[in-house]
Amino acid sequence: MNFDLEKFKVHGEPLIYGAMISIALVSIGIVVGLTVFRKWGWLWREWLTTVDHKRIGVMYILAALLMLFRGGIDALMMRLQTAAPDMKFLDAQHYNEVFTTHGLIMILFMAMPFIIGLMNVVVPLQIGARDVAFPRLNAVSFWLFFFGAMLLNISFVIGGSPDAGWSAYFPLASLEFSPTVGNNYYSLALQISGIGTLMTGVNFIVTILKMRAPGMKLMRMPMFTWSVLITNVIIVFAFPVLTVALALMMFDRLFGSQFFTMANGGMDMLWANLFWVWGHPEVYIVILPAFGIYSEIIATFSKKNLYGYTSMVASMLIISLLSFIVWAHHFYTMGQGVLVNGFFSITTMAIAVPTGVKIFNWLFTLRKGRISFTTPMLYSLAFIPIFTIGGVTGVMLAMASADYMYHNTMFLVAHFHYVLIPGAVFAVIAGFHYWFPKVFGFRLNERIGKHAFWWIIISFNVAFFPLFILGLKGMTRRMYTYSAETGFGPLNMISFAGALGLAIGFVILVYNIYWSTRYMPRDENGDPWDARTLEWATHSPIPEYNFAVVPKVKSRDPFWAMKHDKQPLFEEPITKIHMPSNTGKPFVLGVVFFFLGFFLVFSMWIPAIVAGVGVLIVLAAMSFERDHGFYIPADKVIKTEKKLGGGTV
Amino acid sequence: MKVDTSKPLEYGTHENSNRIFGFWVFLGAEIALFATLFTVFFVLVNRFADGPSGSELFEIGPVLIETFLLLTSSFTIGLAVHAMRHQYKRAMLVFFGITLLMGLGFLGIEITEFVTYVHEGATLQTSAFLSSLFVLLGTHGAHVTFGFLWGAAIMIQLMREGINPATANKSFIFSLYWHFLDVVWIFIFSFVYLKGLM
Repeated sequence: MNFDLEKFKVHGEPLIYGAMISIALVSIGIVVGLTVFRKWGWLWREWLTTVDHKRIGVMYILAALLMLFRGGIDALMMRLQTAAPDMKFLDAQHYNEVFTTHGLIMILFMAMPFIIGLMNVVVPLQIGARDVAFPRLNAVSFWLFFFGAMLLNISFVIGGSPDAGWSAYFPLASLEFSPTVGNNYYSLALQISGIGTLMTGVNFIVTILKMRAPGMKLMRMPMFTWSVLITNVIIVFAFPVLTVALALMMFDRLFGSQFFTMANGGMDMLWANLFWVWGHPEVYIVILPAFGIYSEIIATFSKKNLYGYTSMVASMLIISLLSFIVWAHHFYTMGQGVLVNGFFSITTMAIAVPTGVKIFNWLFTLRKGRISFTTPMLYSLAFIPIFTIGGVTGVMLAMASADYMYHNTMFLVAHFHYVLIPGAVFAVIAGFHYWFPKVFGFRLNERIGKHAFWWIIISFNVAFFPLFILGLKGMTRRMYTYSAETGFGPLNMISFAGALGLAIGFVILVYNIYWSTRYMPRDENGDPWDARTLEWATHSPIPEYNFAVVPKVKSRDPFWAMKHDKQPLFEEPITKIHMPSNTGKPFVLGVVFFFLGFFLVFSMWIPAIVAGVGVLIVLAAMSFERDHGFYIPADKVIKTEKKLGGGTV
Repeated sequence: MKVDTSKPLEYGTHENSNRIFGFWVFLGAEIALFATLFTVFFVLVNRFADGPSGSELFEIGPVLIETFLLLTSSFTIGLAVHAMRHQYKRAMLVFFGITLLMGLGFLGIEITEFVTYVHEGATLQTSAFLSSLFVLLGTHGAHVTFGFLWGAAIMIQLMREGINPATANKSFIFSLYWHFLDVVWIFIFSFVYLKGLM
């Protein structure tokens, strides 16, 4: 083993030293705070060992918000560096690292966990279940995701971040051209959190197919639950491809195999194919649940049932199938020939059809509805036109021959931000505002929320619309600086101003959480929005068992039917409720995986083997454990229900 | 814990029947994983660089023994599940043990094969063909290794607790996994070895 301290160091940049110091200070602050307020036991009992889907969901969302700020700071640094010609804020290497981690973090450690968090909180409630099918596996999923994310984040200060773009194309990402450990971090951090995501996929498919309340047929499921089901099917079939791609990358970089090399028969294009066979479905993994969120919100705040339910489901199914046969449109210019490009061109454009169906369904849901302009509704309404711009520019890019002009320009960057930010980010923010009162028992302040909304919506367009024009003028993506003669300066400056505005918007959004926690009145009946689906039929905050009595579903929008058509939901008497008990093993497993990943990143074989054995030991401990959970007695349930008031008693 | 006696023991509780369904879904993901590895192999199969080709490297003898061991072990794990359904604990343990021993035998031969390849100068680093060969076979072998450890853990639990809903459920899921590895091996035998020998 060649142990060399130099490998761990990252040199030269005051910004990196600043990041190191801030990470150290925050860590010390957390440790001191927990000790001073004697919260270690609370943290362990209530959060680190929890198997409750709601708490796991909240942890996912907290982690996602943290990562939003990490990725957002990356974005600000990039926009500042390119705000004017010949800026000296970042050097080329640092710029490469920043745009790589920005992409990775925003997609994999912000959008995905935010959506999985909402999924965790909402789906069991929407189908009238007490928890997910495998609560402990759910905790494993979360901790693998979390420690995978942590592993990627420490790369910034220990050893250096990945620097070959979030798509890590070979041969650039090979040992020869990226000799730092950065791309080792890439392959291992993504692998660890990817395994967690795959487990989530399995868990939610079983939950949705097997745990629905009596009477909730598939075609009575809320649209968000439908979107989550389809998303998880995509996860189960797409993530193994990423697993393989990352494993091969790891073999190439750590063990000298020849998969993606330039010599000895390797094929660098193979990486691009594998990456995008996962990567394109991944886009739909973050966007389909967003469609589900919008469907819920638009129906609720139009006071109408969702228009075209069946076509909504069908269009999502078609999108999920098409998502697996469009991947080559990411590299039309790599020369795979007219026939292949033609095929992928057509399939890509075909996606616009089911997506268009959805847009019209939302519009028809709005038509003649009694629309209330709440914060979540505002995001949903803004989504429709902005996402359409993203979609239409996507069709422009889909035409292979035209793409030779747009490829790898800022036009592309503008396009996918116009799709992903309204498609995923606005959706999770809207969902966050919408379901927040369900989880915490009070609403976020509407006035502050709308302030944040207008900052975000206007700044978003200021930040990204100029990039379309810059792209058409010929500015390529991922270039860390440019000269004044190019004329790119002014538009980039406008874009930087927009990025600052976005940052202000997000700060207001977080301030709203703080303000509302202190001053917002508590919510009395668990249904602040006069909503339609089952999650609103229980109390806010939600008791640990979700529903004292399992609801009986007789129609779509069963809660609405209960309120307005007097269809009873809860008919059975209250009986004892079976609950899973907490466990610390998933957390321990995450920690051990973290060390396994870290040792592999630095090729420290003996510690890595020890950690690998540690993983097996934790798994064995989980296998040998016999825990049948516990029962909450009926009288205790009745007492809780009386205390919470309303609802089922 | 409510046990539904109209169903086989391993399906008896709601949780256990969910576990089995969940494992089928997981096997779907495993199929996607091996499909990707096979695709990689087929893409790189003729890229020998300066290294040997499949027909120069492969010998049918050891591979046939591997195939024989793994296919038979798939049969014996089926017998173990059959014994389990009849509550024959000893017979179940014997068949389970035979299964794992055959798995171990398979691994022994596979490792010997790998060592032979490396001695003939065919390493992971030699060519893209060999990289994909070693990683495809290695992933399958790693699955068998994990299965051996997992199966051994289940056997210990069976010895301690006998056949109950929990151990029956674990054993049944293990048998699904083992059959799956067998199916993957059939593809490896046909499309890697037999085709490679042609």
